[in-house]
Amino acid sequence: MTMASYFQIITNMLAVAVALSAPYIFAAIGEMFSQKSGVLNLGVEGIMMLGAFTAFYFSWAYDNILLGIVMAMVVGILMGLLMAIVSITLKADQGISGIGVYMLGWGIASTLFRLFIGGVQSISGLQDLQIPILGQIPYLGKILFQHNIMVYLALLLVPASWYILYKTPWGLKVRAVGTTPRAADTMGINVIKTRYQCVIIGSMLAGLGGAFLSVAQANMFANDLIAGRGFIAIALVYFGRWEPLGVLKGALLFSLANAFQRWFQISGISFPYEITVVFPYVLIIVVLAFSYKKFSEPTALTVPYDREFKG
Amino acid sequence: MNKVINKVLFNVTILLFAFLVALILGSVILLIAGVNPLFAYKAMIINPIFSVYGLSEAVVRAIPLMLVGIGISIAFRSKMINIGAEGQLQLGAVAGGAMALAFAGAPKIILIPLTLLAGFMAGGLWGGIAGWLKAKLSVNEVLSTVMLNYIAFQIYLYLIRGPLIDPAELAYGTGVPQTQRMPDSALFDRLILGQRIHSGIFVAILIAILVYYLLWKTSFGFRLRAVGEEPKAAKYAGIKVNKYLVLAMILSGGLAGIAGSVEVIGVHHRVLEGLSANYGFTGIVVALFGSLHPIGVIPASFFFGLLLIGAEMMQRAVDIPSAIVISIQGLVILSVVSSNIILRNPAYRKKFEKLIFNKKLLFWR
Repeated sequence: MTMASYFQIITNMLAVAVALSAPYIFAAIGEMFSQKSGVLNLGVEGIMMLGAFTAFYFSWAYDNILLGIVMAMVVGILMGLLMAIVSITLKADQGISGIGVYMLGWGIASTLFRLFIGGVQSISGLQDLQIPILGQIPYLGKILFQHNIMVYLALLLVPASWYILYKTPWGLKVRAVGTTPRAADTMGINVIKTRYQCVIIGSMLAGLGGAFLSVAQANMFANDLIAGRGFIAIALVYFGRWEPLGVLKGALLFSLANAFQRWFQISGISFPYEITVVFPYVLIIVVLAFSYKKFSEPTALTVPYDREFKG
Repeated sequence: MNKVINKVLFNVTILLFAFLVALILGSVILLIAGVNPLFAYKAMIINPIFSVYGLSEAVVRAIPLMLVGIGISIAFRSKMINIGAEGQLQLGAVAGGAMALAFAGAPKIILIPLTLLAGFMAGGLWGGIAGWLKAKLSVNEVLSTVMLNYIAFQIYLYLIRGPLIDPAELAYGTGVPQTQRMPDSALFDRLILGQRIHSGIFVAILIAILVYYLLWKTSFGFRLRAVGEEPKAAKYAGIKVNKYLVLAMILSGGLAGIAGSVEVIGVHHRVLEGLSANYGFTGIVVALFGSLHPIGVIPASFFFGLLLIGAEMMQRAVDIPSAIVISIQGLVILSVVSSNIILRNPAYRKKFEKLIFNKKLLFWR
């Protein structure tokens, strides 16, 4: 192979990786908001499934992708509201309530899919934008400037969420209720309200991440479309140490590994298929094992806030 | 004794109320799907009771649910959220199947325990990995068990497609991914002619009683529960917290593994694709509904076994997808964990006791 064809392969792989990272970025940045405020939402996977189904259904039935994406966000908001009621107001164990949300989203999505759509259907999906000039830059143009609009939205979300968390009064509130809720309460910050907002924003973004998979990537819906991406997004929050830039790094690295695995599968090198499929999941366990540092975790994570507590 | 009865009565009342709330919320989903909720619930919960087939199949599902549910109760009691039972069950199934095939000539009395042991070890290993990752490297067990589920599933598929595939499938070129039929000496007896209900139910109930004894009547069980209740206090009392986390996960995964091997030698008589019908997840609901108590899990598993077969019968009869039962289970989880705010508050229990005892609603007092 010539040098140029190697460059070609690497360029393609990087371009695929950027596109693959978008759903992780949406879901993981959302989960980061939720966790920053002190709520571990383990239902991301189910919310993504429901978001993916909703976006696909509306895009397919009404031929309107924008409507599909908006409806996926609405569904995300509703699921977030449910998670918030259960884990903030009713103070349920967050580890378990998230699994309830997961199964709820999974069950609704596969029930309605079977009833309303029935089988394999596909849509044309979101088209890639051809950005003039920038898209023509050799290699770099292919990697960064030939994606659909949701990829750019995901990439923009990273600096935006950093700005919100660290440069706005509301961001300060979020960090305060996630680390020292009692002190925040004493300062007049509404702990419950702030947590509700964060969980709902997080779920809305998870719904958006799901929508990306069905209307901007696979252009179809299937029961195994999400395939653990919601849980992987949660792992990426740990890997990114609850920082937007860290989450971005994690999502890109993980997607690059995934793009490599995809290339490997079709490259014709003989290798047991199962090992290449298992690779991302093993990678996540390894990443979790080596990235965990207790000190960067929001100190009030998973602890329901109770004003009455006298301790 | 009276105190125990009061507590159980209170718990059961609250749980049934939580279940009712879940059904009411579930009816919203059914209405969106364009299904009459009353019709669907009757088809799911009432109809299977009136046929031998329905009851037999409910028990067939209750057996793995009971084993998985007890395992998950052990893990939850030590505050390990094990949602990896699905993978642990699959590995237990394939290990048990391999064991039964390898020692096909052995007599029943040896082969069945051996098969179950293989299932326990494979599932226990898989659970133990998550426990070790948590204890040593603080890896969130929910995430690690989910990832281990995906990995286990691929190992399972690889084994039944490759090394363990039925030679007949290769010879005829059909290539259905399943093992040979298990030897007769490894099989649980069928209890009713023409139905699938099998003697594994006695094994499951026996294990429930043994685990009850282990958790509440031995110092091992006391320490295991102490680790979950109050990890700091347990540590100061000299309990090796990390050791008990790993042990709880080994036991939890091991029981899910036994459930897998029971499915092989009790129901399918082969290791095949689609062997676990999400029992790993329904087991979580069963454990919560059984108040994380091995004895409570017994009725809970029958109840959800009924719901599962009811949903399947409903799908066959009127084409309402049985997946609806997954969302109802999700709602049950949410309403049961939410009801803890009532269950854990002694003031509510006092009120409840006053309500039923002082007003003489209980006629036997």
